[in-house]
Amino acid sequence: MDRRTILEELKKVLYPYTENKELLQHITDDTNLVKDLKINSANLVDIIIDAEAKYNIEIDFDSAEKIITVGNCIDAIAEKIK
Amino acid sequence: MMYQYILDLLPYKSSFRFVDEISYLDKDRVVGHYTLKEDAFFYEDHFPGNPVTPGAILTEIMAQIGLVVLGIYLVVGPEDAARPEAGDNPAFPLFTSVEVSFDQMVLPGQKITVISQKEYFRFGKLKCRVEMQDAAGNRIAKGVFSGIIKTISK
Repeated sequence: MDRRTILEELKKVLYPYTENKELLQHITDDTNLVKDLKINSANLVDIIIDAEAKYNIEIDFDSAEKIITVGNCIDAIAEKIK
Repeated sequence: MMYQYILDLLPYKSSFRFVDEISYLDKDRVVGHYTLKEDAFFYEDHFPGNPVTPGAILTEIMAQIGLVVLGIYLVVGPEDAARPEAGDNPAFPLFTSVEVSFDQMVLPGQKITVISQKEYFRFGKLKCRVEMQDAAGNRIAKGVFSGIIKTISK
Protein backbone atom coordinates (compact mmCIF):
# COMPACT_ATOMS: atom_id res chain seq x y z
CA MET A 1 0.00 0.00 0.00
CA ASP A 2 1.52 3.32 -1.03
CA ARG A 3 1.67 6.42 1.14
CA ARG A 4 -1.02 8.16 -0.86
CA THR A 5 -3.49 5.35 -0.17
CA ILE A 6 -2.60 5.37 3.51
CA LEU A 7 -3.07 9.15 3.60
CA GLU A 8 -6.60 8.84 2.18
CA GLU A 9 -7.44 6.13 4.73
CA LEU A 10 -5.87 8.16 7.53
CA LYS A 11 -8.21 11.06 6.81
CA LYS A 12 -11.10 8.79 7.79
CA VAL A 13 -9.34 7.85 11.03
CA LEU A 14 -8.66 11.51 11.88
CA TYR A 15 -12.15 12.69 10.94
CA PRO A 16 -13.95 12.16 14.28
CA TYR A 17 -11.10 13.82 16.19
CA THR A 18 -10.79 16.89 13.96
CA GLU A 19 -13.13 19.75 14.75
CA ASN A 20 -12.69 21.63 11.49
CA LYS A 21 -13.25 18.83 8.95
CA GLU A 22 -12.28 21.03 6.00
CA LEU A 23 -8.68 21.08 7.18
CA LEU A 24 -8.49 17.36 6.37
CA GLN A 25 -8.82 18.09 2.63
CA HIS A 26 -5.43 19.76 2.55
CA ILE A 27 -3.27 17.70 4.90
CA THR A 28 0.27 16.77 3.89
CA ASP A 29 3.13 14.88 5.52
CA ASP A 30 4.07 18.05 7.39
CA THR A 31 0.66 18.72 8.93
CA ASN A 32 1.03 18.77 12.72
CA LEU A 33 -1.82 16.81 14.33
CA VAL A 34 -2.05 18.96 17.46
CA LYS A 35 -0.95 22.38 16.22
CA ASP A 36 -2.49 22.40 12.73
CA LEU A 37 -5.52 20.11 13.10
CA LYS A 38 -6.12 21.18 16.73
CA ILE A 39 -6.53 17.58 17.83
CA ASN A 40 -6.59 17.11 21.61
CA SER A 41 -3.20 15.55 22.40
CA ALA A 42 -4.79 12.86 24.58
CA ASN A 43 -6.82 11.80 21.54
CA LEU A 44 -3.63 10.81 19.71
CA VAL A 45 -3.88 7.59 21.73
CA ASP A 46 -7.40 6.98 20.34
CA ILE A 47 -6.18 7.71 16.81
CA ILE A 48 -3.41 5.12 17.23
CA ILE A 49 -5.90 2.56 18.59
CA ASP A 50 -8.32 3.24 15.68
CA ALA A 51 -5.49 2.93 13.14
CA GLU A 52 -4.38 -0.34 14.75
CA ALA A 53 -7.88 -1.76 14.43
CA LYS A 54 -8.22 -0.56 10.84
CA TYR A 55 -4.94 -2.12 9.66
CA ASN A 56 -4.82 -5.00 12.15
CA ILE A 57 -1.39 -3.89 13.36
CA GLU A 58 0.15 -3.02 16.72
CA ILE A 59 2.01 0.23 17.18
CA ASP A 60 4.54 0.12 20.03
CA PHE A 61 5.45 2.84 22.50
CA ASP A 62 8.55 3.96 20.59
CA SER A 63 6.67 4.42 17.30
CA ALA A 64 3.77 6.11 19.10
CA GLU A 65 6.07 8.63 20.75
CA LYS A 66 7.30 9.79 17.33
CA ILE A 67 3.81 10.54 16.01
CA ILE A 68 3.60 14.32 15.77
CA THR A 69 2.76 14.92 12.10
CA VAL A 70 0.61 13.20 9.50
CA GLY A 71 3.85 11.96 7.90
CA ASN A 72 4.95 10.31 11.19
CA CYS A 73 1.57 8.63 11.34
CA ILE A 74 1.89 7.25 7.81
CA ASP A 75 5.45 6.07 8.61
CA ALA A 76 4.25 4.18 11.70
CA ILE A 77 1.48 2.48 9.71
CA ALA A 78 3.60 1.79 6.59
CA GLU A 79 6.34 0.21 8.69
CA LYS A 80 3.90 -2.30 10.18
CA ILE A 81 1.97 -3.29 7.04
CA LYS A 82 4.89 -3.67 4.64
CA MET B 1 -8.25 -1.50 55.34
CA MET B 2 -8.06 -3.05 51.90
CA TYR B 3 -6.03 -1.18 49.34
CA GLN B 4 -4.93 1.38 51.95
CA TYR B 5 -1.61 1.74 50.09
CA ILE B 6 -3.52 3.04 47.03
CA LEU B 7 -5.59 5.47 49.15
CA ASP B 8 -2.30 6.74 50.63
CA LEU B 9 -1.04 7.55 47.13
CA LEU B 10 -4.04 9.72 46.19
CA PRO B 11 -2.75 13.27 45.70
CA TYR B 12 -5.83 15.05 47.11
CA LYS B 13 -6.27 16.64 50.53
CA SER B 14 -9.24 16.92 52.89
CA SER B 15 -11.96 18.97 51.19
CA PHE B 16 -11.18 17.70 47.71
CA ARG B 17 -10.58 14.04 48.43
CA PHE B 18 -13.63 12.06 47.38
CA VAL B 19 -12.66 8.44 48.06
CA ASP B 20 -13.39 6.79 51.44
CA GLU B 21 -13.01 3.15 50.62
CA ILE B 22 -12.10 0.75 47.83
CA SER B 23 -14.00 -2.55 47.97
CA TYR B 24 -12.76 -4.11 44.72
CA LEU B 25 -9.74 -3.46 42.56
CA ASP B 26 -8.01 -5.32 39.76
CA LYS B 27 -6.34 -4.24 36.51
CA ASP B 28 -9.68 -3.92 34.69
CA ARG B 29 -12.15 -2.79 37.33
CA VAL B 30 -12.56 -0.75 40.50
CA VAL B 31 -15.43 -0.33 42.97
CA GLY B 32 -15.12 2.53 45.44
CA HIS B 33 -17.30 4.39 47.92
CA TYR B 34 -17.74 7.90 49.24
CA THR B 35 -20.13 9.55 51.70
CA LEU B 36 -20.86 13.21 50.99
CA LYS B 37 -19.98 15.30 54.03
CA GLU B 38 -22.89 17.34 55.37
CA ASP B 39 -20.56 20.31 55.90
CA ALA B 40 -18.81 20.14 52.50
CA PHE B 41 -17.74 23.60 51.29
CA PHE B 42 -20.01 23.62 48.20
CA TYR B 43 -23.36 23.09 49.96
CA GLU B 44 -23.51 26.55 51.49
CA ASP B 45 -23.74 28.21 48.08
CA HIS B 46 -25.10 25.39 45.89
CA PHE B 47 -27.81 26.25 46.57
CA PRO B 48 -28.50 28.64 49.49
CA GLY B 49 -31.04 26.90 51.74
CA ASN B 50 -31.27 23.97 49.31
CA PRO B 51 -28.03 21.99 49.38
CA VAL B 52 -27.56 19.72 46.34
CA THR B 53 -24.27 18.14 45.26
CA PRO B 54 -22.99 19.93 42.14
CA GLY B 55 -22.74 17.82 38.99
CA ALA B 56 -19.13 18.96 38.73
CA ILE B 57 -18.42 17.36 42.14
CA LEU B 58 -20.22 14.12 41.15
CA THR B 59 -18.04 14.08 38.03
CA GLU B 60 -14.94 14.62 40.19
CA ILE B 61 -15.94 11.74 42.52
CA MET B 62 -16.38 9.45 39.49
CA ALA B 63 -13.01 10.56 38.13
CA GLN B 64 -11.14 10.11 41.43
CA ILE B 65 -12.45 6.57 41.98
CA GLY B 66 -12.91 5.49 38.39
CA LEU B 67 -9.75 6.92 36.84
CA VAL B 68 -7.27 7.99 39.51
CA VAL B 69 -7.55 4.99 41.88
CA LEU B 70 -7.42 2.55 38.95
CA GLY B 71 -4.72 4.56 37.19
CA ILE B 72 -2.44 4.58 40.24
CA TYR B 73 -3.00 0.84 40.66
CA LEU B 74 -2.06 0.25 37.02
CA VAL B 75 1.14 2.27 37.51
CA VAL B 76 2.29 0.90 40.90
CA GLY B 77 0.83 -2.63 40.75
CA PRO B 78 -0.58 -4.91 43.46
CA GLU B 79 0.54 -4.31 47.04
CA ASP B 80 2.87 -7.30 47.36
CA ALA B 81 4.59 -6.32 44.11
CA ALA B 82 4.27 -2.54 44.43
CA ARG B 83 7.39 -0.66 43.57
CA PRO B 84 8.90 0.45 46.88
CA GLU B 85 9.72 3.88 45.51
CA ALA B 86 6.07 4.45 44.48
CA GLY B 87 5.32 6.36 47.67
CA ASP B 88 8.12 8.81 46.89
CA ASN B 89 6.63 9.79 43.53
CA PRO B 90 3.22 11.37 43.97
CA ALA B 91 0.73 10.72 41.20
CA PHE B 92 -0.23 13.75 39.15
CA PRO B 93 -3.48 12.95 37.34
CA LEU B 94 -4.64 14.93 34.33
CA PHE B 95 -8.29 14.75 33.39
CA THR B 96 -8.50 14.74 29.58
CA SER B 97 -12.15 14.16 28.68
CA VAL B 98 -15.56 13.20 30.01
CA GLU B 99 -19.05 12.58 28.75
CA VAL B 100 -21.47 12.05 31.60
CA SER B 101 -25.22 11.98 32.19
CA PHE B 102 -27.09 12.30 35.50
CA ASP B 103 -30.25 10.46 36.54
CA GLN B 104 -30.67 11.57 40.14
CA MET B 105 -29.64 14.25 42.63
CA VAL B 106 -27.21 13.50 45.46
CA LEU B 107 -27.91 15.12 48.82
CA PRO B 108 -25.63 15.90 51.80
CA GLY B 109 -24.77 12.78 53.83
CA GLN B 110 -25.61 10.36 51.04
CA LYS B 111 -23.32 7.37 50.45
CA ILE B 112 -22.52 6.56 46.85
CA THR B 113 -20.73 3.75 45.05
CA VAL B 114 -18.66 4.18 41.89
CA ILE B 115 -17.97 1.25 39.56
CA SER B 116 -15.45 1.70 36.78
CA GLN B 117 -14.64 -0.69 33.95
CA LYS B 118 -11.46 -0.15 31.96
CA GLU B 119 -11.76 0.24 28.19
CA TYR B 120 -8.05 0.61 27.68
CA PHE B 121 -4.84 1.78 29.31
CA ARG B 122 -2.27 2.61 26.65
CA PHE B 123 0.58 5.06 26.30
CA GLY B 124 -0.32 6.40 29.75
CA LYS B 125 -3.93 7.16 28.91
CA LEU B 126 -6.71 5.42 30.82
CA LYS B 127 -10.25 5.33 29.41
CA CYS B 128 -13.11 3.84 31.46
CA ARG B 129 -16.86 3.42 31.54
CA VAL B 130 -17.92 4.69 34.95
CA GLU B 131 -21.23 4.40 36.79
CA MET B 132 -22.32 5.97 40.09
CA GLN B 133 -25.00 4.23 42.18
CA ASP B 134 -26.91 5.05 45.35
CA ALA B 135 -27.03 2.75 48.41
CA ALA B 136 -29.91 0.76 46.85
CA GLY B 137 -27.93 0.18 43.63
CA ASN B 138 -29.94 2.62 41.53
CA ARG B 139 -27.97 4.53 38.92
CA ILE B 140 -27.16 8.15 39.74
CA ALA B 141 -24.86 8.87 36.80
CA LYS B 142 -22.89 7.17 34.07
CA GLY B 143 -20.23 8.27 31.67
CA VAL B 144 -17.05 7.73 29.74
CA PHE B 145 -13.96 9.13 31.44
CA SER B 146 -10.38 9.54 30.21
CA GLY B 147 -7.23 10.79 31.85
CA ILE B 148 -3.47 10.59 31.97
CA ILE B 149 -1.49 9.66 35.07
CA LYS B 150 1.95 11.13 35.44
CA THR B 151 4.28 10.57 38.35
CA ILE B 152 6.49 13.37 39.57
CA SER B 153 9.98 12.43 40.70
CA LYS B 154 10.95 14.27 43.84
